[in-house]
Amino acid sequence: MTSKAPVIVKDSCNGCGICVMACPFGAITIEAGRAVIGEGCRVCGACVDTCPSGAIEVAKVEVLDLSSWRGVLVFAEQHGSVIHPVAYELLGKGRELADHLSEPLYAVVLGKGVKPQAKELVSRGADTVFVFEDPSLESFRDDPYTDALADVCKEVKPSIFLIGATSIGRSLGPRVAARLKTGLTADCTGLDIEPETKLLRQTRPAYGGNIMATIITPNGRPQMATVRYKVMNEAKPDPSRKGEIVEKPLNRKAMTDRISIVSFEPAGDQVSITDADIIVAGGKGLGEAKGFELIRGLANVLGGAVGASRPTVDEGWIEYRHQVGLSGRTVRPKLYIACGISGSVQHQAGMRTSDVIISVNKDKDAPMCSISSLAAVGDLYEVVPRLIEKIKEYKMRG
Amino acid sequence: MNIVVCIKQVPETTEVEFDEATGRLKREGVAAIINPFDEYAIEAGLRLKEKYGGVVRALSMGPPMAEQALRDAIAMGADEGWLATDRVFGGADTWATSLTLALCIEKIGPFDIVICGLKTTDGDTGQTGPEMAEHLNVPHVSYVNEIGDVKDGKVRLRRNLDDGIETLEAPLPLIITVSKDINQPRLATLRGRLMAKRAEIKKITNQELGKDPKDLGLDGSFTRVVKIFTPPPHVGGEVIEGSPDELAEAIFRKLREEKVI
Repeated sequence: MTSKAPVIVKDSCNGCGICVMACPFGAITIEAGRAVIGEGCRVCGACVDTCPSGAIEVAKVEVLDLSSWRGVLVFAEQHGSVIHPVAYELLGKGRELADHLSEPLYAVVLGKGVKPQAKELVSRGADTVFVFEDPSLESFRDDPYTDALADVCKEVKPSIFLIGATSIGRSLGPRVAARLKTGLTADCTGLDIEPETKLLRQTRPAYGGNIMATIITPNGRPQMATVRYKVMNEAKPDPSRKGEIVEKPLNRKAMTDRISIVSFEPAGDQVSITDADIIVAGGKGLGEAKGFELIRGLANVLGGAVGASRPTVDEGWIEYRHQVGLSGRTVRPKLYIACGISGSVQHQAGMRTSDVIISVNKDKDAPMCSISSLAAVGDLYEVVPRLIEKIKEYKMRG
Repeated sequence: MNIVVCIKQVPETTEVEFDEATGRLKREGVAAIINPFDEYAIEAGLRLKEKYGGVVRALSMGPPMAEQALRDAIAMGADEGWLATDRVFGGADTWATSLTLALCIEKIGPFDIVICGLKTTDGDTGQTGPEMAEHLNVPHVSYVNEIGDVKDGKVRLRRNLDDGIETLEAPLPLIITVSKDINQPRLATLRGRLMAKRAEIKKITNQELGKDPKDLGLDGSFTRVVKIFTPPPHVGGEVIEGSPDELAEAIFRKLREEKVI
């Protein structure tokens, strides 16, 4: 039986089995003296490079003519008619992609009282801003938001559509992509344009951050991606920029809203770790829940937020909203102080782009030490209290 | 209630390491397990059944070996295991996966609720649940952390959003994805394990679905992986040892240098 994968095994295959070893996904078997590519194939090309007989090839992906789709569209998420900063990051990256393609950059915003925000989106790089202004769109609703975004895509026909990988974006993105019958790449950390084909190259972590994958959407439009917050650089405002603001009427007849919101409890005024400039985080090295008192102490003198590694959350030492890492939040503070965190790949995936990383760890071979700007090898219970004292003393002296 | 729980078999990723020298995933001895996020979905399904009666059907798509994940679900208490397995389903992205699963759900019969885990630990997308909702034309609620009362064809749900917790009322049939704080998944009992061993896993191939193979699997996918590589290592700095006081002093100086204080 031939494989569906666009990986072709030619007659020159002698069944040596080297590719079986090379396949990271265990997708190749030798059947009747010949390599057979199975359904686990992810077309990574590892077998192509290792085959001594040059018998494996990846078939070229055919690209349909999709030239009527032009421009980059950015979804500007808002809360209480304040634009979520991830939208400015998307505009920063979107501008770069649009300039590279010599195509326009669009933004779309939905909400109540959001029209004044459209100017801000123009100053951050949008050439055209589409505004859906309606009381029913005040807070996020899966159904009407999907309807409106799918409609705007059908009309504007952008080649690329970027959405922040926030909880809203990761719920909304798949709905819109499925509605438009196109591909969606989740939680991207890198985006660029392939020079030859002009396709969007979408890079993202997978397998718990152990590998990175670059993904294209050759035959679907728009090329959709959710983009991780705090990874791209924010577009800086330029009030002199000119752009068009287009109000879009809601197509009420076509709108659905099958779900009703009963109530909303805001998370409170605690510093959210995603927005904090300074994060002091604790890990398993704390040994017990009480250890977070020390972490809070250091965070307090520095005016920072408290972060945590997954094991401490799993142990119930601290609430989930403090969790940094692949299954928690991604953070990009100016300073990240890791106390007693060994630094698993999963944890690193959520904080490695911090500007400065300082760690305190007993084990000098801990992965966290190797990514720290400064790694202090010692007992956090001895080091951190002394550090807090020094900072307090310094502040007292003014 | 007719409850469908979608699950996936994944490699135990916390153990998957990348061999820098050869550029391969080290697979030796890495177990295939139920995606840990899906255990919360199974538990949520079982609790609904305990409260309202009905059937919990576990559904998965994957190679024949994925049968084990379904047996594990049955060991936890699921009534039936359904495996969508066919070469033409292979290499699917989230679009093609959600389409295949949606077709299977329609094939299996009427449903009140489909429950998915937040995401898988291998693909990490969290997209399959909401995409299925579009294919089945039913509403979808993500990040559910509490399933409340089911009454008059509606269910009360609470979900985690970035800035707070929302309480919603949604009509059945419905798809939800559940977050990890919804419950504590039970462990399989010995009796459950014995039952699971003997249970019949029902197979669904494309013969049953009758879909054009070019709409499924890799051919039916809109996305293509073109490159896989190791994440670039973060460039480290200084590693210092010394007395607690020396270490505290070094950090203090670094904080001054970085103008944090």
